[in-house]
Amino acid sequence: MKSETTFFQAAVIQRRVLHALMLRELITRFGRENLGVLWLVGEPMIFTLGVTTLWSAAGLAHGGTGIPIVAFAVSGYSSVLMWRNSASQCSEGIGSNKPLLFHRAVLVIDVLLTRIALEVAGATSSFIILSLIFIYTGWMSPPTDLLLVIQGWSMLAWFGASLALIIGAGTALTPIVHRIWHPVAYLLFPLSGAAFMVEWLPVKFQKLVLLLPMVHGVEAIRHGYFGNAVPPHYDLRYMAICCLLQTLVGMLLVNEASRRVEF
Amino acid sequence: MLSVEHVSKVYTTRHGKHRVLDDVSFTLKPGRNLGILGRNGAGKSTMIRLISGAESPTSGRIVRGMRVSWPLAFGGAFQAHLTGLDNLKFVCRIYGVDYKPLVPMVEEFTELGKFFREPIAHYSHGMLTRLAFALSMAIEFDCFLIDEAMVVGDKRFHDRCHYELFKKRKDRAYILVTHDAQVIRQYCENAVVLHDGRLLTFPDVNAAYDYYQETLMPKPEEIER
Repeated sequence: MKSETTFFQAAVIQRRVLHALMLRELITRFGRENLGVLWLVGEPMIFTLGVTTLWSAAGLAHGGTGIPIVAFAVSGYSSVLMWRNSASQCSEGIGSNKPLLFHRAVLVIDVLLTRIALEVAGATSSFIILSLIFIYTGWMSPPTDLLLVIQGWSMLAWFGASLALIIGAGTALTPIVHRIWHPVAYLLFPLSGAAFMVEWLPVKFQKLVLLLPMVHGVEAIRHGYFGNAVPPHYDLRYMAICCLLQTLVGMLLVNEASRRVEF
Repeated sequence: MLSVEHVSKVYTTRHGKHRVLDDVSFTLKPGRNLGILGRNGAGKSTMIRLISGAESPTSGRIVRGMRVSWPLAFGGAFQAHLTGLDNLKFVCRIYGVDYKPLVPMVEEFTELGKFFREPIAHYSHGMLTRLAFALSMAIEFDCFLIDEAMVVGDKRFHDRCHYELFKKRKDRAYILVTHDAQVIRQYCENAVVLHDGRLLTFPDVNAAYDYYQETLMPKPEEIER
């Protein structure tokens, strides 16, 4: 009498659930007034534009490094938004969506995947739109190797998603994770490669900074944008292994958090 | 068939572990029903959350061979920014049902008028309950979970709920939890009593009723003291 769900059936259900949750989340977060859902893209665009403006005004220090400041700021800050927003949105994401679990088909992982998917979509659209605008106005040159940009960007998406699983499930297991995540995210920003090229750092410091997986992603993106204007330092295989480990830990934590959901 | 097998639920509190359910087992066949009687804090709502799957048991397992509903008239998953219609659409998407044919039924039952297309932040408590109940009816289930305390409304609302649930859907199974022994007598063909984490079974509803009234309910003179 026990009904077993096949993998295919489960996939169909999960697709349905994610679709429903995404639409719900969009209206919940952005409402229907004024731009509504467009804020998903608008918000990161405003952030990136603001930072780009600030860095352009102050960042003349980079003159002579061969890197155009607008492209540097857009690629850098978009990258930060990519991994940081997924994780921040998932922080305490389970708690606020708990009542949804009364629907049998909705699982804890669906709640997290929904938020991750929306953040990735928002950050990616913002990055693409800003790049196109600046390339059109001539403030930025088109990337020399588009595939490499896509590769680095995808790796950052994976990094952000796996980190988000850990933060999302972690905050459900203990509120300490939520407390710690904010300072950690803040401190990681200057180390994440957004505001520097690894080449500019002292050699000793380069090794340390390259322990951080997201630095490799940002370097790859910039290598794809600027070519060899600045010698790139990255190892996407190292980054992949880190992301894989994070994914594994994230899945285990999500599993544990699902088991321990309490009302 | 729904079967609850040796289910225990333990919560961690500041004063150590608190066992709400202790080795609880029962089964429910399609089309049948069961009343669970218990005083406040006996673990009735925990039972409902476990059966609905929102929480997992600490030990034991629950096998659902039927499509089990979310708790009837549960509005906790409603989102204030969404309209009544949005919430209908959302639930339909989750369960893979087309919402359009259901709109007239929900509009008719909820009597929300233009508010059906307004954010539910503007709803009164009664409006929310009517919407929640209507959505429970919009999706077809084999077994309804009913927490009597959740389905609160005036007599008219009660009569209409009664008609929708016990007349139109009398072929379905249901589990009804309540602290009110009269309600169990009125609606259930079998009854159990939940007390101190244990599930006590009885040969018939009257036996459960008598035990509950005589053993667990305080006598008037006890209250006065």
